[in-house]
Amino acid sequence: MASYVHRIEVQYTRDPRLPTRTERFRSLGFPLRELHLVDVYTIATAQRDFSPEELSQIGAQLSNPVVQRYSVDRPTEAEFDYAIEVGFLPGVTDNAGTTARQTIEDYFNFQFGEEEAVFSSQLYLASGDLTPEALQRLTAALANPLVNRVHVKSREEYAGKGMDVVTPFVRLHELQTAGTVDLDLPDAELARIGKEGILDPATGERRGPLALDLAQLHAIRDYFRKLGRKPTDVELESLAQTWSEHCKHTIFASAMDDDVPRGLYKTCIQAATNTIRAAKGENDICVSVFTDNSGAIVFDDEHLVTCKVETHNSPSALDPFGGALTGIVGVNRDTIGFGLGAKPCINIYGYCVGDPDTEPALFRGKNRQNPILPPRRIFEGVVRGVDVGGNCSGIPTPQGWCYFHDRYVGKPLVFAGTVGVMPRARGGRPLHEKQARPGDLIVMVGGRVGKDGIHGATFSSEALDPASPVTAVQIGDPITQKKFSDVIVKEARDLDLYRSITDNGAGGLSCSVAEMAKESGGCHVLLDRVPLKYPGMAPWEIWISESQERMTLAVPEEKIEAFMDLMQKREVEATVIGTFTDTGRCVVEYNGETVMDVDLDFLHDGLPKKHLRTEPVETVYPEPDVPCPDRLDDLLLTMLSRKNICSKEFISTRYDHTVQGGHVLGPVQGAGRVQATATLTKVVLGSMKGVGLSQGLFPSYSELDPYRMALAAIDAAVRGLVAIGVPMETIALLDNFCWCSSDEPGRLWQLKRAAFGCYDGAVGFGAPYISGKDSMFNDFSGFDADSNPVKVSVPPTLLITSIGVHPDVTTAVSMDAKFDGDLVYVVGETSEELGGSEYLAHLGIEGGSVPSLDIEAAKVRYGRMTDAIQKGLLASAFPVTHGGLLVALAKVAIAGRIGMDLAIPGGMRPDTYLFSESLGRFVVTVAPSNREAFEAIFGGDAHLLGRVGGETFRVSAGEQTLIKQPVTAMETAYKAPFGGY
Amino acid sequence: MARANTPRALIMSGYGINSEMETAEALRRAGMESDIVHINDLIAGEKTLTDYRLMVFPGGFSYGDDTGAGNAYANRVRNNLWSDVKEFLAGDNLVLGICNGFQILANLGLVPAFDQDRPREIALMPNRKGVLECRFVTLKPAADNLWTKGISHLYCPVSHGEGNFYCSEETLARIEREGMVAFRYCRDDLSPADGEYPYNPNGAIADIAGVTSADGKVLGLMPHPERAMEFVNLYDWPTRKEWLKREGKPLPTESMNMQFFRNIVNYFER
Repeated sequence: MASYVHRIEVQYTRDPRLPTRTERFRSLGFPLRELHLVDVYTIATAQRDFSPEELSQIGAQLSNPVVQRYSVDRPTEAEFDYAIEVGFLPGVTDNAGTTARQTIEDYFNFQFGEEEAVFSSQLYLASGDLTPEALQRLTAALANPLVNRVHVKSREEYAGKGMDVVTPFVRLHELQTAGTVDLDLPDAELARIGKEGILDPATGERRGPLALDLAQLHAIRDYFRKLGRKPTDVELESLAQTWSEHCKHTIFASAMDDDVPRGLYKTCIQAATNTIRAAKGENDICVSVFTDNSGAIVFDDEHLVTCKVETHNSPSALDPFGGALTGIVGVNRDTIGFGLGAKPCINIYGYCVGDPDTEPALFRGKNRQNPILPPRRIFEGVVRGVDVGGNCSGIPTPQGWCYFHDRYVGKPLVFAGTVGVMPRARGGRPLHEKQARPGDLIVMVGGRVGKDGIHGATFSSEALDPASPVTAVQIGDPITQKKFSDVIVKEARDLDLYRSITDNGAGGLSCSVAEMAKESGGCHVLLDRVPLKYPGMAPWEIWISESQERMTLAVPEEKIEAFMDLMQKREVEATVIGTFTDTGRCVVEYNGETVMDVDLDFLHDGLPKKHLRTEPVETVYPEPDVPCPDRLDDLLLTMLSRKNICSKEFISTRYDHTVQGGHVLGPVQGAGRVQATATLTKVVLGSMKGVGLSQGLFPSYSELDPYRMALAAIDAAVRGLVAIGVPMETIALLDNFCWCSSDEPGRLWQLKRAAFGCYDGAVGFGAPYISGKDSMFNDFSGFDADSNPVKVSVPPTLLITSIGVHPDVTTAVSMDAKFDGDLVYVVGETSEELGGSEYLAHLGIEGGSVPSLDIEAAKVRYGRMTDAIQKGLLASAFPVTHGGLLVALAKVAIAGRIGMDLAIPGGMRPDTYLFSESLGRFVVTVAPSNREAFEAIFGGDAHLLGRVGGETFRVSAGEQTLIKQPVTAMETAYKAPFGGY
Repeated sequence: MARANTPRALIMSGYGINSEMETAEALRRAGMESDIVHINDLIAGEKTLTDYRLMVFPGGFSYGDDTGAGNAYANRVRNNLWSDVKEFLAGDNLVLGICNGFQILANLGLVPAFDQDRPREIALMPNRKGVLECRFVTLKPAADNLWTKGISHLYCPVSHGEGNFYCSEETLARIEREGMVAFRYCRDDLSPADGEYPYNPNGAIADIAGVTSADGKVLGLMPHPERAMEFVNLYDWPTRKEWLKREGKPLPTESMNMQFFRNIVNYFER
């Protein structure tokens, strides 16, 4: 027990953030005069106490005398009505506390031991006429009950005493041995183990779902019957992790109906890549596909680039900040864990959330218990999570988007991706290959292991015990990760100190070690060697814990000394936890006792096969029937301020997109600062090549036509890159399916249609998939305000991310119109395709034709675009997507802060022509002197609409003026919705 | 190892510093080789400060900005390397801190350093908007010194959560009087930003973006010239390119920001 506890409070003498912070909470409806913030450090030690003078020295180390003051064991004096202290619950990552501890250790040259720590917390001092109800709401807005502890005191209660001193140490009283589990049970009882978990002999409670179905449990029972013994809890938990949907992707792997006997992954995704690679022959761009933590393509003769996009949905619903932070630093490890370690060089984000202006009354429990977080809270939380994760890691985050739809209120989708760069070879050794060999030592590097993430996001009954650690959600520690990322990718890799590396993600050690064991043919793990965050964890917990910021490496014995020495110098914790073998078995020991001994073959391939059935979903909608307005001015401004179209620039400026020095085309472009579709980044400073990134996502098409939805996503992703000058031949794709209710035949049919679209689109464009990820059950099941059961499922969502290599970034084209007198064209054909469009969503109409894609025509057009860009004929280019042609034209004008005078052709209703979301189109502007050369390339496929110039945006059809708006008014509408963020 | 007649730069790294590679590249292009050295290797004595003429604290998020941006890293320097750093400062050497590096210098008291005690006299507080701000800014030299020579303006990104320069009125008066303000945020036409967002992106008093030490040998700068070394790194390069093309002029490869690094190299070649 810590015997000495001291509390240091640090406050700004003049806090520059005070007006912004106060204003923000006022805008949320709180009657606050001021909201002050005090940083609190609670220092708990056992081996020594600090003298008052030493505590003063600590206070000085933790504050800045120019603008801050500190107090030791004395409450901060200030004018306020209520004091609200927000700290962490036991076991939650506390980065500021860790930094303070390191500072104290360094200053006094002593090390904190067990039961010694520094805990950080934030003390809000609120003044204002807060009713008890408002105070409660304010507390809820400042803290998340899943990760935070909160203490509130009135001015009177605070007077003289200040806040209580709290030291949230973790205390466990677990059974520290492995038990066996009897599977010779009736099916009903077996099924219960699968659904609710193993019965814990100590507590008499279930440990949380294994998510194993009856067939899988039978397979496990039969395997252990053959071995003549009962499985241990370690073995059962381990199999549940390895066989999980998350790891084995059973829905994409299983046979489906009669026409997909090999499963959707092999039939649609992998087959597309194989077909394309075979057709490209020597021009194949793929280096590593599907098998590693990321996919990789050729960048130039010396380098390759990797890419991976992950989702982190369930954790983000519970703790948006921690969920998104863990998402981005987690996918960074898919880069560090690619081959022998690639350097993360670009981050990607994407958020599907509910409308932040709504507050749906949805609850996880009956009687209004456990409400969901409101969409705005989720949105701001995930934005901040990637802010902290990406910025602290020194990785630029230029590429991303947000999409709003009411069906994301229960389960937001948080996409996080990372591009990496690495030399193709070093010392004759290809760096994308890795191979653990028998005898290599298993080394765990990075953070320590706690109960984080065990059984994912299920609410553990233990959460009721105030000293039990938080397990449901995790908060990342980007600096711990940055430390090992630097030493691995910038030092150890090039010193050839290890033979294989992988990330600890889902399933923790149980998955990373077992995965690498495939390379050597077996493993022998000494689980008691694993360093823990706190004592008292059971072996099964250590084995499957998802504590963040860890990698597993295979280090040859002769290099272990050099490896460990380097890690120690960089203050990175590294521990030998076993040996890779060639026994064909995964053996785990704990305190000298074997707690797991399973054939690798059974562990990886013993999963019983499934055969899925689908049922077509008929969707028949009448074509929309609404009158076309005479003037479209209001409609234009309304469309520009729709949340899926308007500016979310506050995210782009919060996310560092210039670090590493490769910024070429960033997230916002032009004098008018409009958000771009695609970005371009130099990742090898000495090269003129660049990495282009773009994305495509059309959830509003899914229910109408999932096949076309997939084609639309692929087309938009490819076209975004073509518009900045990336040639089609260099483009690779990544797929992220975020489906719902994937146990329903109708949803599976939609999945199948979308997967077929994925095959046709990729093969049509010759753009191979290099990596992908799926998340099949994005459903929220809960209750409304009257305790009626409610299920909210996300619309079937497919994100296609495209990555391509720009041959010469000096030829790249930005989106903004640039010169008076330049010609404005739309390249490509416009059809009556309003189905799922932003226009119909604005009108509240579901239905219509979803845009179709003529891939062959598109391919020819995109080749011409590349030709025109390489010849320097385009002053700007921008793909037409959400909102259709009018929105694209308006964005090009706003970005250039320059007007346009345009005339649209007859033959189609103006609103249909202007808002149809037909695929394959670009808006381009061309200098008059380039007109001839430009038209010679495109012929009739480029339609001249008018000219750039002036300060007014004018659109007419024949004699009729449809729109006449100052560009400034359009810019205001475009930037208004999130202007206050 | 560095030869005495070839001035070499030591670029600090570790604990979340992240701009060491592009900083080394900018110096290399300007004509100066450097070694990226983890602070623990300096503390362990595996590298020696006296082998170098320029010490750079690059940008980053050391210790995740916890306990105040640059504070924890500054503590590590002060608690372990203080006498070496003081000795280095006494020689004919330069120290540069960019962004997180400036925050470290401010916490170490290496700027403004009116006297040898080097107390903390300036602070880089959280930005007025309370969040990180990443955008291009225009900087105008406010003094004629070794760092600003031949620079009409710089155009480069800021990317920080805590760059809001603050000091007492007396300190400000003295910094101004002694010509220690090296760069100020300004508008596109180089007129003063006068505190107006976004030209002054963080609320810094007197639009201060960079200051030197009293002896002029240490510079702390919030914006990142090393992140916009090339013409194509500039925010508005596509527009500039179209102008140049239509005027029949060639495209530059370098940006104006390289002069900043050349000035450092020129100092050692004088």
